Amino acid sequence: MKKQPSLNAKEMETRLNALIDTEFSMRCFTEQAQQLTRFNRVQQEFVLHWVEVLTQTSEDFADQFVSISAKALDLMSQESIRALILQAMDAFDEMGALEAIKILREVESFAKNEAKKQSGVALDDVSGILEHFVCGLNGRQLKIQSALESYTDTENIYLPALITHFSNKEDNFRLYKALLVHQWAQTWYGSWRIVEILQAHLETLEKPELFLSAFHFFETIRLDHCIARDFPGQYRDMYRLRTLLTQQLEQSWYQKTKILCAHTATVKDSYLLSKQYYNELSPTRCCYQGILQLDQIIQTMSERIESEKARFKIDLKNILDEIKEKNIAPESQVVEEKFHVDIDKSDIDGELEITLYLDGEPVAPPEETLATLESIIQDLGDIPDDYLVPAGDGDYTLEARSNKQDSHNIWGGVLQDEGIYLYKEWDYLRQHYRKDWCVLKEKDVHPSYDHFVTKALQQHKGLIKSLRRTFEALRGENKRLKKQPFGEDIDIDAVVEAYADQQVGLEGSDCLFTRMQKEDRNIAVMLMVDMSGSTKGWINDAEREALVLLSESLETLGDQYAIYGFSGMTRSRCELYRVKRFDEPYNDLVKARISGIRPQDYTRMGVAIRHLSFLLNEVAARTRILITLSDGKPDDYRDYRGEQGIEDTRLALFEAKQSGIHPFCITIDTDGKEYLPHMYGVANYIVLDDVAKLPLKVSDIYRKLTS
Amino acid sequence: MQAHALKPEEHYIVDEPYYEPIADEIQVFEAAYHNQLPILLKGPTGCGKTRFIEHMAWRLKLPLITVACHDDLTASDLVGRYLVMHGETVWMDGPLAKAVRIGGICYLDEVVEARKDTTVVIHPLGDDRRNLPMEKKGELLEAPESFCLSMSYNPGYQSVLKDLKQSTRQRFIALNFNYPNAELERKIIEKETGIDVKIAKQLVKFADMTRNLKGAGLDEGASTRLLVHAAKLIVKGVNPVAATRGAIGHALSDDDEMLAAIDELSASLF
Repeated sequence: MKKQPSLNAKEMETRLNALIDTEFSMRCFTEQAQQLTRFNRVQQEFVLHWVEVLTQTSEDFADQFVSISAKALDLMSQESIRALILQAMDAFDEMGALEAIKILREVESFAKNEAKKQSGVALDDVSGILEHFVCGLNGRQLKIQSALESYTDTENIYLPALITHFSNKEDNFRLYKALLVHQWAQTWYGSWRIVEILQAHLETLEKPELFLSAFHFFETIRLDHCIARDFPGQYRDMYRLRTLLTQQLEQSWYQKTKILCAHTATVKDSYLLSKQYYNELSPTRCCYQGILQLDQIIQTMSERIESEKARFKIDLKNILDEIKEKNIAPESQVVEEKFHVDIDKSDIDGELEITLYLDGEPVAPPEETLATLESIIQDLGDIPDDYLVPAGDGDYTLEARSNKQDSHNIWGGVLQDEGIYLYKEWDYLRQHYRKDWCVLKEKDVHPSYDHFVTKALQQHKGLIKSLRRTFEALRGENKRLKKQPFGEDIDIDAVVEAYADQQVGLEGSDCLFTRMQKEDRNIAVMLMVDMSGSTKGWINDAEREALVLLSESLETLGDQYAIYGFSGMTRSRCELYRVKRFDEPYNDLVKARISGIRPQDYTRMGVAIRHLSFLLNEVAARTRILITLSDGKPDDYRDYRGEQGIEDTRLALFEAKQSGIHPFCITIDTDGKEYLPHMYGVANYIVLDDVAKLPLKVSDIYRKLTS
Repeated sequence: MQAHALKPEEHYIVDEPYYEPIADEIQVFEAAYHNQLPILLKGPTGCGKTRFIEHMAWRLKLPLITVACHDDLTASDLVGRYLVMHGETVWMDGPLAKAVRIGGICYLDEVVEARKDTTVVIHPLGDDRRNLPMEKKGELLEAPESFCLSMSYNPGYQSVLKDLKQSTRQRFIALNFNYPNAELERKIIEKETGIDVKIAKQLVKFADMTRNLKGAGLDEGASTRLLVHAAKLIVKGVNPVAATRGAIGHALSDDDEMLAAIDELSASLF
């Protein structure tokens, strides 16, 4: 192929002007276009392609990219530039234009990092392993987050996004592990049990930072000894890292810190040593110790301590109430109502063996209460006496307060308990997933107790009868297979035949058994119903009738099924309407919900498919089918039109297939043939040209599909 | 060397199988046995249910007939069937009928795996009737005093399809098994494999780490059986990290990230 010549400055500028508006803004690309003439056509087209993609997000953003593009091409490969753009776009989605532009402007440091990345390890790549690892260690569940420095607030462990200290990946990963274990050790070996004393002391000092770094220095020595004792392999790694970076302790300190090596050493010893030596010490930071964020620790801990205390006291009250209920007799043994806790630490696995006593008798608390107890002991080292007084009636408000969720913080926290889920979405232009992009909420369809279902049943009486008959024939039944080579019983007919054969000198068959074959259908089907605005009118009626008929048929068949409607507007309001869950019987409420299906807004299909696949995979069944009833292309307000919608839906269906689900689409869009083969595959869709046929056809299609 | 073939009814356990009681299970089993009550052993995989029943068979000096249940197990597989031999049909007892006839212990291992209609045939044996109707033969087999029906079941399976029918489970005395406490588990590993105390302790600690991951990526933590396997490899000179990877990590998960994390956990200990 002939190589295309590079664009000259004039041509380049014209192309850029066509992509980004210059007429009504003060933009001028003459200089940048001139710089870009140095590169070959492939590189130039690469820049133009990404400018086009970025204008979809913001023109200012694209403008910034143009201004750094020449420098970026000088410094990095196209692959790395793509990574830079994706990082900036993610920042744009999460934090806005300013952050994104800042990332683009730091192209030089990004290029430097990219070079280091060859040997470095990124947190994103290892966070899965580290999270499992820290969960295995022990204690309260800790989340791993990315930050500039490594520290903990006792509920999260923050680690740098990239580690490039060493020239090979293994050592960089070891450093991640060492950072993690050190922070975990702070929470497990009780570094923060005297945080209030520490804070009070710091306030009296002129140079608190000096004291704090001394404290961190001694505490690191103490924790290292704990780690060496309990995790010798891990300690070896940490020691090696220190040696590699020549961060060994000075000889003179060995003697002074001897007390910290003892099995019985606590954070108080580190504190006392800090008091003694902080003026004469200029501690060097060890490579895995990170920093201390005292304010964050105090805040997180005080919130947790308060809520756990309240929760524990309420739990005690519940336990007491339960016991009282059991001993209703007047000679009931609960007299003093005094709780106490015994804590025994196993010297083998470090597990806490906690026993709760009521008036000297052991009681078995529920698992959540035990978890709370463990967490309290992790914070305080013990259960203080005032914790052991069960809550009074007025204390319930505390619980209510601690359970309150901030409804604005959808992207920050997990609100799954309230039926809100975050899902990724494929961005067709970027060729990249957008993480946690769609907010999906499950809702119930408002039931409408009218006569719709009765009428539909009446209207299609004959059809239902014949459907029932066909579906009954499909129902799995035990079949006795004759003349089998093995089986549970003898097939006397076959034996007689074989015997007769032998008598006349023929070879007798060895297939002499009968075998019971159980035909188990074991199918779960999820019906995903389009509730977009475009279904208004007779399409909606036909959909509802189809659902009634299909439900009747499925009831005969005994397959597990669920019905959900989907709609919504924009990525922040994707909605799934529950009509029937898998575990719900087909009753009057479900019928009223079918009748209550009303057209809503748009059809953002990808997120609905992802969530319904998730629900479908929770069900125990050998075959799982996802059937979509739809009237057109996926579509949403602004950003889900055309190829974007089709490509995301295609990817979502592909993910579903990968997890073992068979997707199928029934549509009444006569143009469906143009895009459905691409999304569902050639054989996995059907276009109905007549809406009136929908009720009749849907059951029929289902029968064909599953027999 | 040749494998030694034994008829199930001759399967007496001669040497005492090593078993460390967790609580009063031996006493309860004996009491139930002498009262001719059937026994259900509940507990996660690899916690010692089968070893316990072997131990009890040895203690009570009874032959042990074990049936590994599976979803194709039919009633005739348990009770018996006619076979064709020399042009005639001959009745052949199934393992359950055999156990009843000789008055031994019939142990139905992982009974939930069997089809629900199959488990129903044990009902008359499980209550005070203590007989086994053999419909095809037109016989009613009465169990002698020494016969003992027992079965095992792992309640940890969360599948809705694998649950024991109430009508079955309510006939049995249930013994609940769990992993032994750290001290006992260490002792078991040491006794079973002759491994060094220090490594046995570390293995127990490692098991505990994997049990912390239950529900956070793992369906089950490491069982005592897996620890014994790992210890056996270590005694033979395998590096502990490699031994735990082979004997425990890969047995627990196929997920690469989880395996890497389990590897790191074991590397942090050994």
